[in-house]
Amino acid sequence: MRNIGNIFRRELVAYFATPVAYVFIVIFLLLAGAFTFYLGNFYERGQADLSPFFMWHPWLYLFLVPAISMRLWAEERKSGSIELLMTLPIRSSEAVLGKYLAAWCFCGIALTLTFPIWLTVNYLGDPDNGAILAAYLGSLLMAGGFLAIGACISATTRNQVIAFIITVVVCFMILLPGLPFVLGMFSSWAPQAVVDAIASLSFMTHFSSLSRGVIDLRAMIYFGLVIGFWLAANTIVLELRKAD
Amino acid sequence: MIETERLTKRYGDLVAVDDLSFSVGQGEVLGFLGPNGAGKSTTMKMIAGFVTPTEGAARVCGHDLETDPVAAKREIGYLPEGAPCYGEMTPRSFLEFVADIRGLHGSDKSRHLAEVIERLHLDDVLAQPIDTLSKGYKRRVGLAQAILHDPRVLILDEPTDGLDPNQKHEVRALIREISSDKTIIISTHILEEVHAVCSRAIIIAHGRILADDTPAALEARSRHHNAVSLKLSGIPPLDAASALKGLDVVAAIEQGDEGQLRVVPRDGQFILAAVGQLALERGWHVDELQVESGQLDDVFRDITTAGAQEEART
Repeated sequence: MRNIGNIFRRELVAYFATPVAYVFIVIFLLLAGAFTFYLGNFYERGQADLSPFFMWHPWLYLFLVPAISMRLWAEERKSGSIELLMTLPIRSSEAVLGKYLAAWCFCGIALTLTFPIWLTVNYLGDPDNGAILAAYLGSLLMAGGFLAIGACISATTRNQVIAFIITVVVCFMILLPGLPFVLGMFSSWAPQAVVDAIASLSFMTHFSSLSRGVIDLRAMIYFGLVIGFWLAANTIVLELRKAD
Repeated sequence: MIETERLTKRYGDLVAVDDLSFSVGQGEVLGFLGPNGAGKSTTMKMIAGFVTPTEGAARVCGHDLETDPVAAKREIGYLPEGAPCYGEMTPRSFLEFVADIRGLHGSDKSRHLAEVIERLHLDDVLAQPIDTLSKGYKRRVGLAQAILHDPRVLILDEPTDGLDPNQKHEVRALIREISSDKTIIISTHILEEVHAVCSRAIIIAHGRILADDTPAALEARSRHHNAVSLKLSGIPPLDAASALKGLDVVAAIEQGDEGQLRVVPRDGQFILAAVGQLALERGWHVDELQVESGQLDDVFRDITTAGAQEEART
């Protein structure tokens, strides 16, 4: 536990030691705002809720989260510092968790900085703040899911660009089964149970229930399992190919 | 303290380390010598627990690196090849991070930090990102990190690479100073370093041990061991050479550029007396006379190239 904390602190400080953190946060906030106001028609809808804000998060994360996760291990491999880290008296799982939690916390910071939009909607109307909190939670969990996938993929390569591209592709595949047009292809001939099962594989399905303000236990368990699975895979990848 | 048992590492068809067994005890400073690609770094990585052996095992202070890696790594201070660091950190924050992971707290932590900072002269650069430091400073930050927790076992992969001669001297002095109660393995290309710090040297090539001895004993394998070099005046070197060749303890005469003669003994015998006797009899005027202990370079070259030739034949 102590080691996880040490690695977590080192990693989180490292984000802010370089311009990476600031660039990421600024771009995240700009894109989130642009999507909400231009594509989501925030004002024109005339409703005091944040669904035009949250509905774009899966697509925003699809490209921005891999930009954070790509460096997690690939950079350590490239610079050789992985040799230093993995010869310190820590378990691989501690390194995986410490790094992952720092990256997730960083995503959380970026997400928290979107609070002006919450202030805006409260100023303009009388939204259901409980539902907004649930949606924020869902968004954070989804970011965590993307991040766990990206962390594992980053551990397989020393090239950050490769890590980024593969992560985007894998994350897209995981969004895919929840999209209406994909489900439409199945619903014409497959039984409803099969369509539901396919939909339940997707981040999209589980995020949309949370983003509507429903604290859906199944969705939370789903994200928990996804994160757990990919972090376990990350640890195994690391153990198998520490050096090369 | 360090034991390896039939340590082997294969990358596909390439055998990087081949069935290496040796042990190093407390107080020993083992120098790892070998040409590039001989398997030195791979062996050290396996002992440090970074590379998993294909076969065999490494143990440090009784802890197997595969079954009990954390306990083994606690005992080890390791400087990886090229001394990689977290470039965006400052030496101070980096060393503090390592101290935290090593479980040092409070006054213990500040004492250890102050000690390594002083020993490796890092005070001037403590607040500068490591990326911006010179090669010599980076190497010293890596060394500081390795000795920070006063480990019982030190594994240093080319600790003086990139240092200037003064810094090299200091690092060697440091290694000698702390070596009495530790077990140290260093790898190096610089043979004089073996002389300066090592109590034992292992020469490896193609992943195999070719020689394992004290530096002095290795030098004794040189054909120039106990050779006598002399400079004469008043007699043409060729005449002297033919006279010296007449001695039955002499194997060969090598002639230098400025008229020096190097008399190579048969079977490494001590021939100074015989050579002196001859000079006295002939009434030569001797300007210089010196007994050589042998060149580690020669031994290194002989051993490693002989190994390569054997390899080529099989």
